[in-house]
Amino acid sequence: MIEASGTPLPWIVWVILLPLIGAMLCFLWPRQGKTLGLLTALATLLAVIALYFQLLDGGVIRYAVGGWGAPLGIALYADGLSMLMLLMSALVGVGVSLYALGYFKHSPDNPAGFWPLWLLMWTGLNGLFVAGDIFNLYVTLELLGLSAVALVALAASRDALGGAMRYLFVSLLGSLCYLIGVALLYHAYGTVDIALLGTLVERNPATHVALGLMVVAMLLKSALFPLHFWLPPAHASAPAPVSALLSALVVKASFYLLLRLWFDVFSTVSMDLGMVLGVLGAAAIVWGSVLALRQTRLKLLVAYSTVAQLGYLFLPFALLSPLAWQGGVYFVLSHALAKAAMFMAAGNILAFGGHDRIADLDRVAQRLPITMTAFCLAGVSLMGLPPSGGFIAKWLLLDAALSHDQWGWAVMMMIGGLLAAAYVFKVVGFAFTQADAPHDAQPVSPFMEWSALALAVCAILLGLNAHYPLELLAIGGPVTFVSPSP
Amino acid sequence: MNAWLPLLVLASSLVPGLIIFALKEEHTRARIALNLGGAVIKLVLVGVMVWGVFQGQTYEARLPLLPGLELALQADALALLFVVLSSVLWLVTTIYAIGYLEDSPYRSRFFGFFSLCVTSTVGVALSGNLITFLLFYELLTLSTYPLIVHRATEVARRAAKTYLVYTLAGGALLLVGVVWLYTLAGTLSFTPRGFLSGLETQHSTALSVIFVLLIAGFGVKAAILPLHGWLPKAMVAPAPVSALLHAVAVVKAGAFGIVRVVHDVYGVEFADSLNLLMPLAILAAATILYGSVRALYQDDLKRRLAYSTVSQVSYIALGTAIAGPVAAIGGIVHLVHQGLMKITLFFCAGNLAETLGIHKISEMDGVGRRMPWTMAAFTLGAFGMIGVPPLAGFISKWYLGLGALEAGQGWVIWVLVGSSLLNAAYFLPILYAAWFKAPATHWPHERSFGRQETAWMLLLPPVLTALLSLAVGLLANTTFSPLQWAVFIASLEFMP
Repeated sequence: MIEASGTPLPWIVWVILLPLIGAMLCFLWPRQGKTLGLLTALATLLAVIALYFQLLDGGVIRYAVGGWGAPLGIALYADGLSMLMLLMSALVGVGVSLYALGYFKHSPDNPAGFWPLWLLMWTGLNGLFVAGDIFNLYVTLELLGLSAVALVALAASRDALGGAMRYLFVSLLGSLCYLIGVALLYHAYGTVDIALLGTLVERNPATHVALGLMVVAMLLKSALFPLHFWLPPAHASAPAPVSALLSALVVKASFYLLLRLWFDVFSTVSMDLGMVLGVLGAAAIVWGSVLALRQTRLKLLVAYSTVAQLGYLFLPFALLSPLAWQGGVYFVLSHALAKAAMFMAAGNILAFGGHDRIADLDRVAQRLPITMTAFCLAGVSLMGLPPSGGFIAKWLLLDAALSHDQWGWAVMMMIGGLLAAAYVFKVVGFAFTQADAPHDAQPVSPFMEWSALALAVCAILLGLNAHYPLELLAIGGPVTFVSPSP
Repeated sequence: MNAWLPLLVLASSLVPGLIIFALKEEHTRARIALNLGGAVIKLVLVGVMVWGVFQGQTYEARLPLLPGLELALQADALALLFVVLSSVLWLVTTIYAIGYLEDSPYRSRFFGFFSLCVTSTVGVALSGNLITFLLFYELLTLSTYPLIVHRATEVARRAAKTYLVYTLAGGALLLVGVVWLYTLAGTLSFTPRGFLSGLETQHSTALSVIFVLLIAGFGVKAAILPLHGWLPKAMVAPAPVSALLHAVAVVKAGAFGIVRVVHDVYGVEFADSLNLLMPLAILAAATILYGSVRALYQDDLKRRLAYSTVSQVSYIALGTAIAGPVAAIGGIVHLVHQGLMKITLFFCAGNLAETLGIHKISEMDGVGRRMPWTMAAFTLGAFGMIGVPPLAGFISKWYLGLGALEAGQGWVIWVLVGSSLLNAAYFLPILYAAWFKAPATHWPHERSFGRQETAWMLLLPPVLTALLSLAVGLLANTTFSPLQWAVFIASLEFMP
């Protein structure tokens, strides 16, 4: 364990600071947004990689900003789980940044707003992943939520404004609930530091109310069924790079926060709620998939698929075994890569043909082979077929369910996989028709096509080297993450 | 080197496939060079591997996947049998497909997926454990879908959809079975005589259910009753695809999976002690008879052949399920024999359709005079299926019958007799019409190829495979025949 403090600034601070500086620069010089944005993205990626090596060397990292540790100051904390989230955000972030280079060239959406807002959002994400106290978590959560809402509103359409408005209300409601929880805990235990709270928390009404409020807040923000109503309109109507970011990263941030609270703060009191979350997750898988299958517009289909896939993340709360938690976290990673790729591919199709009506896709899909390949590879991961990150995640979850004879969950996962196949192939089928070329095709930038493909390939590669991420996850993880050897 | 060879065998079709995807439609020469080059290289590599195994080498490649689990490729005896079959037939089918698809659109896409399909098949063959098998088995599903839907007609799309529904559902059952097995046994590596017999008896119910799950998962592709519905529909695919599907790739992967599960996961003895093999044998026998009866009523040539496949592939499952060494030999050797015979028949059907526009049996009157070489190959294939000595099919049936008697299951003889009679009943009228009836005044849609009856690239493959199916029957007793190989494989399973 490293007790780092003083100068020079350690990497754990840079991963927050770099995107923040980048955001300000992009705001000040909007004309240079692209260059500055891309440079910031690459710099942030490098900082995250540096932090990764630091973590590999020295284990869990703690840092007290300005030398003021808990309970008074700001504490930063990074373990294997945080690191995986940081790496995931950096990978998707660089991919989306490259994509945005091409996207805003031809799009009517406002490009000047994108770079500062996106970098601000990245600041929020990274800050959330390394925050060591529940008040800082609130600050980063609010930053994340507000920038996400503004990003949705970048799309110059009525749908987008409506979606953004609804998203704003949900986001504020969630943050408010969470803040009340923070206040209750602070009042009861006199600290906001996660590690300290974990040792102090005991069963009493205040704790239970705080737990309830905070969990509901996170479920609302992670769009767990039946609180998913806001997600499809917001994710589907946003500009394509924003949709990718929202589905891949933003909903995962609140899930991560829930995990942190669950294990590090409420580990002694929270277990009886798990079954409820698991059941809701299973319901989300089926309901989201069925709705995805019924959509006639591509981006809505992909958005409902997110609702379904998020359901898998909550199964471990009911399965309660190390394997299940590993599976859940693996699902976060693979879904982030696959869904970002899929939204980007959908964005290409929309940009190319000018519409995303699934029934008329045949003319488009034929002529964008790289995009369709990206879509199909991402689809493989979503269906959970090997080799892909989705398969590994499903394997771990199934293993957890079957080794404790919990049949219901296994059956739900199988149904979910088949439904996912149904909605993916509903789209893919159109790639193999012989239709005439459309006359009104818009050119699609190679940046957009190749960045989508690159992320999709990453989702597949995640299925071949599963032990690396799992070993990383074990660093400093809660006891329950560390698997006893099978 | 010994770890690289299996990987190279996979790469020899994977890499050309990926490059072909990137080629433009008009780069015909480059595509042909890649296709044939890959196929020849694969054949050479497989030859080296077979030679090495005879010298006592072992070939194994491993890649860690999860804690306690790895992807494994290995060249054991059964794997080699299937690998040799698929790489020989891939070369032949590639030649045929190049000739067949001349001038048709989307060739880059077709040959790209074609190569992926073969890569998956070879992967299935070389898999050293169930999770690797599962991986390639699902890849096979995905890479075959574009081939079936290739013609992009409404019928093709419906057929491909049916195929997906069946195979993905089968894959889901398989996945549950495999994971469950893993939670009980803690390993998934194929081992001769199985790795489950050491488990405690309290698991025997679970093991029975898992067996059903696994066999259902493989049975979908092997088209075992009642999971065969997709196969007759899938014959809308172009002829080379049908040939590949029915002879080596999809159907055979399912049958191969059944052999693997019975021999190398459960072990024949252990599976029999759980009373699992008798139901499988009965199911296989029912499929054999049902497929033959349905074939009798088809006028569409490819549909008749498809139902014939339903019937013939179950010989493999039947031989495996009889639980005796001799029957096992019959089942295993039929993997090869059925492949050679059925690919010949599908090639010939494709030739008739391409050259004369003939799709129906009722249009085949006198076609033997117009296309003697094609019909001669067809006749060899058909006689083989009926089981006329000394053709390949006879050897399979002989061993199956003998094995059934040896294992005290005389009823199987009646199934074989009935099936052979039915085979004769649906093949002989075709042969009679083709050779002895007067030809029609004009063919449905004739194309001229000068003095030849059809393009040489279409003619060579069926003649070659027909001769091979004759050779493996005639030379069954020589050292390198599939039969002797099957005897060796069965000895691993049954000799202590």
